[in-house]
Amino acid sequence: MVKLKNYNVVLKHFVLLLTFTAFISCAEKKYAVTKIEGREIGITDKNSEVAAIENFIKPYRDKIDEDLNKVLANAPETLDKSGEWQTAMGNFLADITFEKSDKVFQMREKKSIDICLLNHGGIRSIIPKGNVTARTAFEVMPFENSAIVIGLKSEQILEMINYIITEKKPHPLKGLTFTIGKDNQPKNILVNGKPLDTNKVYYVVTSDYLSNGGDNMLFFKKGVAQYDLSYKLRNIIIDYFKENKTITANKDIRITKE
Amino acid sequence: MKRRDFIQNTALSSAFLGLGGLSLSSFKAPDTKHLTILHTNDVHSYIDPFPPTHPKNPNMGGVARRAALIETIRKENPNVLLLDAGDIFQGTPYFNYYGGELEFKLMSMMKYDLATIGNHDFDNGIEGLYNQLPNASFEFVSANYDFKNTIMNGHVKPYKIFNKDGIKVGVFGLGVGLEGLVDKKNYKETVYNDPVGISQDMARILKHEEKCDLVICLSHIGYKYPNEPDKICDTKLATLTKDIDLIIGGHTHTFLDKPTVLKNADGKDVLVNQVGCYGVNLGRIDFHFDSDASKIALGKSIIV
Repeated sequence: MVKLKNYNVVLKHFVLLLTFTAFISCAEKKYAVTKIEGREIGITDKNSEVAAIENFIKPYRDKIDEDLNKVLANAPETLDKSGEWQTAMGNFLADITFEKSDKVFQMREKKSIDICLLNHGGIRSIIPKGNVTARTAFEVMPFENSAIVIGLKSEQILEMINYIITEKKPHPLKGLTFTIGKDNQPKNILVNGKPLDTNKVYYVVTSDYLSNGGDNMLFFKKGVAQYDLSYKLRNIIIDYFKENKTITANKDIRITKE
Repeated sequence: MKRRDFIQNTALSSAFLGLGGLSLSSFKAPDTKHLTILHTNDVHSYIDPFPPTHPKNPNMGGVARRAALIETIRKENPNVLLLDAGDIFQGTPYFNYYGGELEFKLMSMMKYDLATIGNHDFDNGIEGLYNQLPNASFEFVSANYDFKNTIMNGHVKPYKIFNKDGIKVGVFGLGVGLEGLVDKKNYKETVYNDPVGISQDMARILKHEEKCDLVICLSHIGYKYPNEPDKICDTKLATLTKDIDLIIGGHTHTFLDKPTVLKNADGKDVLVNQVGCYGVNLGRIDFHFDSDASKIALGKSIIV
């Protein structure tokens, strides 16, 4: 009897204590921030490497290197992207995009391209003098943009010319030539040597990014026809490198400023 | 009889001793907690370190090194949240070749907890992002992109709550305006909503309804636009909202020497941080918590 009674006492104490402890810990579990430390840690060659990560990357890297490090052509001099109204890089890209797209367009649509217009901001790198690889093409054109042909009326060609004059950027241009007069107005407008024809639809090859109003080239939105060539601008460059052992830019003047 | 009493007493006292030990530990031991937030932004498919000849970032960056640094920090404090503020994709041939597969797999190996979506993460179209999701063991949050009418519907939450050693951390995501920045054919029917109203709702839900101890905004809206003062950015968002403790940003590739401390709409401190781009830096913010009311009453110190 005595034993049982005492046991009950112990149990009672236990329950009481446990409840008390649980209650205290619940009430106490409110945390607040008392100190914040912030810093930036530079990742340098002084950091070690995780071998498992490096080994995981290696096959992916090797495959790319195998493709991109192969010498495809040679540039006897650097193709630069500096210039007021045209640049070596701009002329080069506009010319090869015109040429390669025209072949596809003629084959598919039995029509000829009249003009190529790209954007200066889309040229992400120069082509340095020396060996040219597919990696060079990736550096020049990292984006997945592809060539698209837009049919424009002569009014939109005039809008395009005014856009170029207003923007004052050496956008890559081929097929269209004009002079900016002292009054800042265009004159001597020629498409492949012929004056603008108000009855003609001009086929302009550009990037899908610009055709959707990128860089505010809104005249493309007024196109009367559209043909997606599904030919990546970067692949145009790579294909050109593969077929031409020497990479040079045409230096003819497309936009003349009086 | 005497022997029985002895046993009883011994049992009794040892029971008390045990209880004493138990209550002592629950009162004393866990009254401080330490949470380490690690973060990157705009890594842009930079997986290999920059070469020694690079004019801007010679020998900087590299995923294998970042992984080692993160491992070291996890050993020091296992209570880590590893976050990325978007633009994981686009910038090196790794993305052109593998479409983001390697980026997501490596981030999973490093045990990233959460990321938000940057404008370049749409570069292979919204399908391109969707197709890579199986390679990510971490989740994506965006509170102001409405993916309802896209293939991403159901795959992006507005926020996620983590319980880290008893500390409740709410993280919500924000994305930048897509029109004119991303080709419509890539983002398709994704709807961008104004970040300010959304952030106020998110912060209220996380702080007051979900009772989070810490509210983090994982943002790709950009740090600041000096030429476009009306455009929403992290620094403006910090001052216009309340209940956000930390904004981890991206998009503007802003290199900050240290986190920026600003006052929110209630006059309380908000930290805004961004660590440049291309994985050349890792951001680290340590939060120290206390349950001692007298220490809490002293307020918090911010060491940056």
